[in-house]
Amino acid sequence: MIEISNVTRVFSGSVLALDNVSLTIAAGEFVTLLGPSGCGKTTLLRLLAGFDAPTKGSILLAGADVTNVPPYDRDVNMVFQDYALFPHLSVGRNVAFGLERLKWPKARVAVAVREALDMVELSDKIDRMPHELSGGQRQRVALARALVRGPKVLLLDEPLSALDAGLREAMQVELKRLHQKLGITFVMVTHDQTEALAMSDRIVLMRNGRVEQVGSPDDLYNAPASAYVASFIGTTNLFDGTVAESSPTALVVDTAAGRLHCSARVDIERGAAVRIGVRPEHLRLAEQAGDASRNTLSCRIEDALFHGSLTRYRCATGPEARPEQLYWDWQKSAHPDGTNRPAKGSTVQLHAPPADMFVFVQGAAA
Amino acid sequence: MKTDTLQRRLVALTFLLPLLWILGFMLLPYSIILVFSFWQQEYPSFVPDFQIGNYVKLFVEPQFVTVILSSAFTATMVSVAALILAFPFAYYLVFKVKSARVRMAIYIAVIAPLWVSYLLRAYTWKTILGSEGILNSALVWSGLLDGPTDVFLYNRFAMVLTMTYIFIPFMVMPIYTALEKIPRNLIEASADLGVRPLATFARVIWPLAIPGVLAGATFTFCLSLGDFIAPILVGGANGMMIANLITSQFGTALNWPLGSALSMFLLFIVLIIIELSNRAAPADRIALG
Repeated sequence: MIEISNVTRVFSGSVLALDNVSLTIAAGEFVTLLGPSGCGKTTLLRLLAGFDAPTKGSILLAGADVTNVPPYDRDVNMVFQDYALFPHLSVGRNVAFGLERLKWPKARVAVAVREALDMVELSDKIDRMPHELSGGQRQRVALARALVRGPKVLLLDEPLSALDAGLREAMQVELKRLHQKLGITFVMVTHDQTEALAMSDRIVLMRNGRVEQVGSPDDLYNAPASAYVASFIGTTNLFDGTVAESSPTALVVDTAAGRLHCSARVDIERGAAVRIGVRPEHLRLAEQAGDASRNTLSCRIEDALFHGSLTRYRCATGPEARPEQLYWDWQKSAHPDGTNRPAKGSTVQLHAPPADMFVFVQGAAA
Repeated sequence: MKTDTLQRRLVALTFLLPLLWILGFMLLPYSIILVFSFWQQEYPSFVPDFQIGNYVKLFVEPQFVTVILSSAFTATMVSVAALILAFPFAYYLVFKVKSARVRMAIYIAVIAPLWVSYLLRAYTWKTILGSEGILNSALVWSGLLDGPTDVFLYNRFAMVLTMTYIFIPFMVMPIYTALEKIPRNLIEASADLGVRPLATFARVIWPLAIPGVLAGATFTFCLSLGDFIAPILVGGANGMMIANLITSQFGTALNWPLGSALSMFLLFIVLIIIELSNRAAPADRIALG
């Protein structure tokens, strides 16, 4: 549906917002552009909408080159971050705004507006003015206004960022439901990784104007391509180290936290600088782990963050003089009776399973 | 306790001064003029009375009716001319000038003449339009005219031109503010919904600029309706406006009651216009967000 080829966007002569980005999005996909502010995700979305043109490269939409086609001639519609509802028009006229040019008979417009508002459950607010609505309602009007024209692609610019936590979760479900029902392509921009993980078919993780990794939420979470991805998606404990031994059967790395045995990798040589990542939820108490003879770290508990279903402990491990910080999640489901819940200040032995550790070669992907 | 009373007295004093100012220099003079307007003229003086003869005179004596209508017409022309010039200008500043610094510089350049003496600015046009003026010299020099002409000065055209020049900042300022307040993403949203730039102007920008246009039109209309320097300097024999009529009633004609009635009438018209313009643009309807 969308083909972005070698797109570069340079602002005011020197600021490189997008650096040779290529990306293909299939029809009906829910793709999220994820990244910290300034990573280029919004610039890319604006290029798709047609508000801006790339410095280099091309954008194809449904097979047609739209690189320099103005927004009013593109078959895409956008939900703006702060909704951008027309303040001088009622809800109904906001939704009907984009239908005027289609020159439909009045009755048909009325039906389309009614249907669009039904879809977001706001038909009773058709005569209200935007300022009379709550944030969540405005959001849904913006959604109805963008969808009423039946676009091939719906663009969403941080659509949930202005909503409070409870409403945001409800809208996540709502957006997914709409996506499934309509079957059109959704491209969403967000800086919120939980939102991206929960909603997307595929995530495009961006950084400094480049695509860092593209993949399913599962891929990005469980097989991050770089230490950056591992730390941006979820939480990952990272330790710098040097490969002490690399063979077809073993990979041993010396880190500040101690010697760690990882799954064998043929592409890494002895002496290479690597970064080891291990997620807090993959660490378990050594006494419960099967083979705990290796990769057992002695950790002193410094702080506990209670999250309900889990408790995240901030621990110090490694040499006493220069301890490394480490997060460990104590899952309630793994300890239904509440036993083994360590107290602050105590020391626990944590086992890091080799299969669950990420190994990133330093320098190749920082 | 003590500091508390002191503070309260200080606060009271702070508000007392502006209150006294308004009472002494605005409400009191207005009241005196209002009282005068019901008095009776008995040449060469006037006597206290309560009758509306002065007001009736404004509407029955052709001399006054003509001046009132002519003033209203001039003020309308000034407002229209100022709008035609100011709107594209403000639009260009807000939407086309990319650099914020350049935009500010041009904006200030438009506002700056307000700090120059009004009389001086009005007089400038006399030297431009006069028979010895720059315009005539240029036309003669270029060969378009054989000799200097006096058609530019002492007529309504000269008055409208001068007043438009003088009052245009009051049209630019509110329109600029209104346009600047329009979120850019509304214009993008309109384009995104398939609406072309010209239609976006008609359906988004213009409706949202109306409060500014109304405010600007109110300013320029009321200011030019009450102007009396431009008519004296460039208006010529038939350029008399309401304010000149008022001046003459308090001066040579020595008819203070009639002058007062004219003043009250002018004040009334201005208040009506302000009220109408407030009603035409209810603030909550345009509230953004």
